[in-house]
Amino acid sequence: MTLWKPDPTFYPSPRDAAEAPPEKLAYVAAFDRSAQRPDALAVLDTDPGSPSYGTVVGWTDLPYTGDELHHFGWNACSSALCPYAPHPHVERRYLIVPGLRSSRIYVYDTKDRVSPVLVKVIEAEELGKRAGYSRPHTVHCGPEGLYVSALGGYGDDGPGGIAILDHNSFEVLGRWEVDRGPQYLAYDFWWHINHDVMITSEWGTPSMIENGVVGELLLGRKYGHKIHFWDLRKRRHVQEVDLGDQHQMTLELRPAHDPTKTYGFAGVVVSVEDLSASVWVWHRDVRHGDGSRWAAQKVITIPAEPASPDDLPDVLKPFGAVPPLVTDIDLSVDDQRLYVSCWGTGELKQFDVSDPFKPVEIGSVRLGGIVRRQAHPAAPDERLSGGPQMVEVSRDGRRIYVTNSLYGAWDDQFYPDGVGAWMAKIDAEPFTLDEGFFPHGDDFRGLRPHQVRLQGGDASSDSYCYP
Amino acid sequence: MTLTAVILLGAFHGINPAMGWLFAVARGLQERSRDLLLQSLPVIALGHLASVALVVLAVSATGSIVTATALSIGAGVVLVGFGLWHLLSRRHFRWVGMRLSLPQLAAWSFLMSSVHGAGLMLLPVLTRMPASHHGHALSGGMLVAGVHTLAMFLTATVVAVVVYEFLGVAVLRRAWFNLDRMWAFALVGAGVVTLVGAV
Repeated sequence: MTLWKPDPTFYPSPRDAAEAPPEKLAYVAAFDRSAQRPDALAVLDTDPGSPSYGTVVGWTDLPYTGDELHHFGWNACSSALCPYAPHPHVERRYLIVPGLRSSRIYVYDTKDRVSPVLVKVIEAEELGKRAGYSRPHTVHCGPEGLYVSALGGYGDDGPGGIAILDHNSFEVLGRWEVDRGPQYLAYDFWWHINHDVMITSEWGTPSMIENGVVGELLLGRKYGHKIHFWDLRKRRHVQEVDLGDQHQMTLELRPAHDPTKTYGFAGVVVSVEDLSASVWVWHRDVRHGDGSRWAAQKVITIPAEPASPDDLPDVLKPFGAVPPLVTDIDLSVDDQRLYVSCWGTGELKQFDVSDPFKPVEIGSVRLGGIVRRQAHPAAPDERLSGGPQMVEVSRDGRRIYVTNSLYGAWDDQFYPDGVGAWMAKIDAEPFTLDEGFFPHGDDFRGLRPHQVRLQGGDASSDSYCYP
Repeated sequence: MTLTAVILLGAFHGINPAMGWLFAVARGLQERSRDLLLQSLPVIALGHLASVALVVLAVSATGSIVTATALSIGAGVVLVGFGLWHLLSRRHFRWVGMRLSLPQLAAWSFLMSSVHGAGLMLLPVLTRMPASHHGHALSGGMLVAGVHTLAMFLTATVVAVVVYEFLGVAVLRRAWFNLDRMWAFALVGAGVVTLVGAV
C-alpha cells in the first residue's frame, strides 16, 4: 500500500538523517553453524527507557536449515526520494535476508510487529536462472530496484556479481552487469549515487571460502585485493584499482554519505607480508589525467600483535602473532567517524575522519580477541571468544552495535574452542561500552549473531541524493 | 473557463516534484549553483511540452478521421483506463542516473511526462476544440499545449527557487503529498468529464 506522505524514515540528506530519533529495535541475523536448526532473525530492544532494554524481545525462525544468514537490508530507504525516479510513498517495512550458503533470499515483514513475518522466499534456482548468481550477500535499496551482490556463479564457482530485484514484487529481474570487464571476484558494493558511480570489492568464490580460509590460497595471494569502479547508469566496468596482492580480502566499502563527495573507505582483512590490516581511501585521481580516474591510498595500518604459539589456533601458530583481521568498517552518517573492527585482536577502533586522508584514532574498546579474551564489564568473569565483527552505527552517530561472529567456517579456524555469541553496544561520546546492553550466550539460543540492522535505518542502509 | 482549466492543470503538473522541479533543485544543490537550477527548468519544460504536443498531434490526426463524439468517447475511455491503471499498479518510473546533460534532461522530462500521461490530462479540453477545420484544431491544440506548459514552467520555477533558496529539501518529508495518487484520480476525472461531454 502506498502512503499519502513520504515514509517518515526517509531523509533527503545525511544532515537531516542525523536528526532521526533513536532506534527502538535492532534486527540481528543469527545462524546455526551445525545447520541442524533453522537460522533466525533475533530482535533486540534498544530503547533505554524500556524494561526489556538489551534483551531479545523478538525471534523468527527461518523455514529451512543451513541458510547461513549473513548480511541483509531494507526494501526501501532514503534513495526513494532521489529526483530522477522518485517513489517516496513506499514503506520501509521489509527486510531482504539472503542465505549466504543456501542462496535463498527471504523477505520478512516488520510492520506493526516485533518478530518479523515471512512473506516471500526466492529460491536459489530463481536467482541462479535469472541472474546467473549464487551466494547472495550485500543488499542495497536503489532508487529503481534492489541490488544484491553474490559471491558465486550459478553452477559455476564464478564470476560473482550483482543481481537486480524488483522492489515491489521482489522478483529477480536479472544480472546487473552489462560489461563486467576483468571483474571476477565479488563481495560488497555501494555507490556514489549522485555521480552515477558503482564501487564493488572482492573476497573469494564459494570454493575459496566455504570450507574455511585456505592457507595456500592466502599465501599465494589469491583472495581479492582490488576495488572496481563502474558506470552505475550504463552498468559497465570502468576501472579496477589494485591495492597490491599482499593486501588480501578487500571487504567492506563505505562511501561518503554526502552525495557531493567522491571518496570512501575500504577495509582490508590482512596483509600476507606482516599480518597487518589496513583501511584505504578511494578518491578521484587528480594528479593524473583529467580527474575522471580513480585511485586509492592506505590511510590506516593496524599491526599484528605478537603472541606465544601456545595461545594461537593452528592456523596462526606458524606466525607467532595475532592478526587484527579488519573484517568490517562503518562510517557514521555525518562522515566524521569511522569504526574499524579488529576481529582477531578483539578491538573496535574509533577514528576521526573529518579529513579522510588523515584519520586520527580517538577511541578504542577491547572485547574478546584470539589471545586476549577480554571480558565485557557486564560479565567481568567471562572470557569472551570472538571479537567485535559486524559493526553498525545509529543514524545520529551516538550508538554503535557490534556482534562477534564472522563466518561459520572461519569462526571455527580462528576460535576453535567456540566463537560464542554476543552483541555489545558502545556509546560514541565518550567511547565506552554500555554495561546495560550485553545479550550473549543462551540469549541467542545457540546461534551465532552476524549483521545488525536498526529500525528505521542505520549508517550502512541509506543513500542520499541531496547534500 | 477552458483557459483556466489549462492553466490550472499546468500548475498541477508544475508543482509535482516528480515532473522535474525537484530534479532541478537537486542539480543545483549538487553543484551549489542556482544557475544550474535555472538552466535545468526550461529544458524540463521543453520535454514536458514535447510530451503534451504529441497528444495534441494524436488528437488532431484522429479527429480528422472520426466524429467528435467518437473522439470524445475514445479519449474518455483511454483516460479512465490509464487513470485506473495508475491507481492500481504499483510500478513506478524507472531511471538510473543523476548526471545528465541538458538534452538528456529534456529526454528524461519527456519520458516522465509521457508515462504519467501529462498530455492525456488535457484531453477534455482538446476534444472540445472546434474540429470543423483540421488546421485550426491543430494550431488551437498547440496553443493549449503552449499555455499549459508555460503555466507548468512558471509554477515549477517558483517552487524550485523557493525550496532551493529558503525552505530546503527537508520540506519534502512533510509536504510531499502522494501526488501520483491524486494524479490518477485527476486522470479518471478528466476521462469522466470527456465522456459526459460526449453524450
